[in-house]
Amino acid sequence: MTLFTKETRRFLKVLIQTVFTPVVTSLLYLLVFRQVLDAHVQPLPGITYSAFLVPGLIMMALVQNAFANSSSSLIQSKYTGNIIFILLAPLSPWEIYLAFALAALTRGLLVGLGVWLIALLLVDLPLIHPLWALVFAVLGGGLLGALGFMAGVWADNFDRLAAFQNFIVLPFSFLSGVFYSLADLPPLWRELSALNPFFYLVDGFRYGFLGVSDTDPLLSAGVCSVATLLASVICLTMLHTGYKIRG
Amino acid sequence: MPSSLFSPPALAVTGLHKHYGQLHALRGIDLTIAPGEVFGLLGRNGAGKSTLINIIAGLVRASAGQAAVLGHDVVSDYREARRLLGVVPQELVHDPFFTVRELLNIQSGYFGLDKTNRPWMKELLKILNLTDKADTNMQRLSGGMKRRVLIAQALVHRPPVIILDEPTAGVDVELRQILWHFVRRLHGDGHTIVLTTHYLHEAEALCGRIAILHEGAVIALDSKDALLARNPHRLLVVTLAQPDLPLPETLRQRQVSREGATLTLRVHRVEEQVGAVLDALRQAGAEVVDLQIREPGLEDIFLELTGSREK
Repeated sequence: MTLFTKETRRFLKVLIQTVFTPVVTSLLYLLVFRQVLDAHVQPLPGITYSAFLVPGLIMMALVQNAFANSSSSLIQSKYTGNIIFILLAPLSPWEIYLAFALAALTRGLLVGLGVWLIALLLVDLPLIHPLWALVFAVLGGGLLGALGFMAGVWADNFDRLAAFQNFIVLPFSFLSGVFYSLADLPPLWRELSALNPFFYLVDGFRYGFLGVSDTDPLLSAGVCSVATLLASVICLTMLHTGYKIRG
Repeated sequence: MPSSLFSPPALAVTGLHKHYGQLHALRGIDLTIAPGEVFGLLGRNGAGKSTLINIIAGLVRASAGQAAVLGHDVVSDYREARRLLGVVPQELVHDPFFTVRELLNIQSGYFGLDKTNRPWMKELLKILNLTDKADTNMQRLSGGMKRRVLIAQALVHRPPVIILDEPTAGVDVELRQILWHFVRRLHGDGHTIVLTTHYLHEAEALCGRIAILHEGAVIALDSKDALLARNPHRLLVVTLAQPDLPLPETLRQRQVSREGATLTLRVHRVEEQVGAVLDALRQAGAEVVDLQIREPGLEDIFLELTGSREK
């Protein structure tokens, strides 16, 4: 519990950087796309482009910030050496992992909530299945919190972490159907998108708001749960073996 | 924490090996430290001191062998072993996001301690002269202050066994005195203390027993007095009027050091007489301006042991 509190307080101490900035960035995306595309594009019948876009933007901000929280905290701790305070404490791998993952989820949810609240001022956005939206928000934060943990442990320097973020997390989140419906893609890209777990996060989350989706939300929830579980197992294995953190 | 025949050793290390790729950093270390000891761990850079400490602290995994803190294995029973151990790391590491008080609260929480531990934290701040810095962010503290915070963090859970990894490296004289006083106080309170240091006079002043590590192996392990008595020589330190005077081979063989006009020679305390050595100096044409006879210190023993191994 202390480690979770510490990790949460760490990002709350720099709230402008960790929460407000990503909210404003998402708002800018929304303003631009709304202005340019709302009158011309209707990705799903009866739904404006803005209403289609907002759940995707929320999820994208949520997962990117969940990833950033655990990965940046770990790499900074490794870099400055203060990770030893955690390693010297009688904390089990489970406790360490859960604290980092939950703090990442907390930041992701805060950013997501911020984007949603601001978007409500600009877009008429329904919330048809709030429970589904919550399930996918938690799965997204959990999965990316775990991936951030993995990247933070694996990366020996900030450059490697940036590579992980820019060549894996960013493309996967941009190509997850945030800006378009799967139905609008050519068959090959549609099949490739089906291999991207981020797509299921966005699609399921969008179902929570709009009540329509490209894929059955149960299937999406299943894929995301398996991905989160797998990432968690890898993180726990890293901690159990002391990979890159216990000599 | 009185030691008894039935209580487990404060630290027990058995057959410890550590490989880093081709490097054999620890070569079968066996070490037992009794409760209440102040134990010195000496060695040059790269001798294996930090690796040994890091294995005991759980920061590094051993390639073979075991380590236990008060009978609790550092791997299989790591929770209890870590509760009983406090480690002051060598590097000045800190978390830049928090104040001193916040860091102590966090560290205390890691050990499952609640608000009832706050009086002890307050006392620690007072003992280490940190009270007026309690609400200062770590980034704003000097190196010496950060060192004190590291000590407070290591002691926040009241561990009976404390490892200080070069605690006085790079600190000023005042802080060194405070730390020495603090180590003596902890020892007086019954704590077991393991001290690694480059300052051999520090080990001489504080430690009861000493182990010397060299290239990953223990090459000497004894009480401080027994180690000091190992050297059969006394040291004759003379100041010569002629700093560049060449010495004959017989005198060069007993030379320990020569810096400017000051020449240090070893003299066997039983088999030789100082007068005979002074006669030999005079015969070589030396004019002795000043002289003193010094008992060899730990530094001399250390250099002799590690130096002879290298030869």
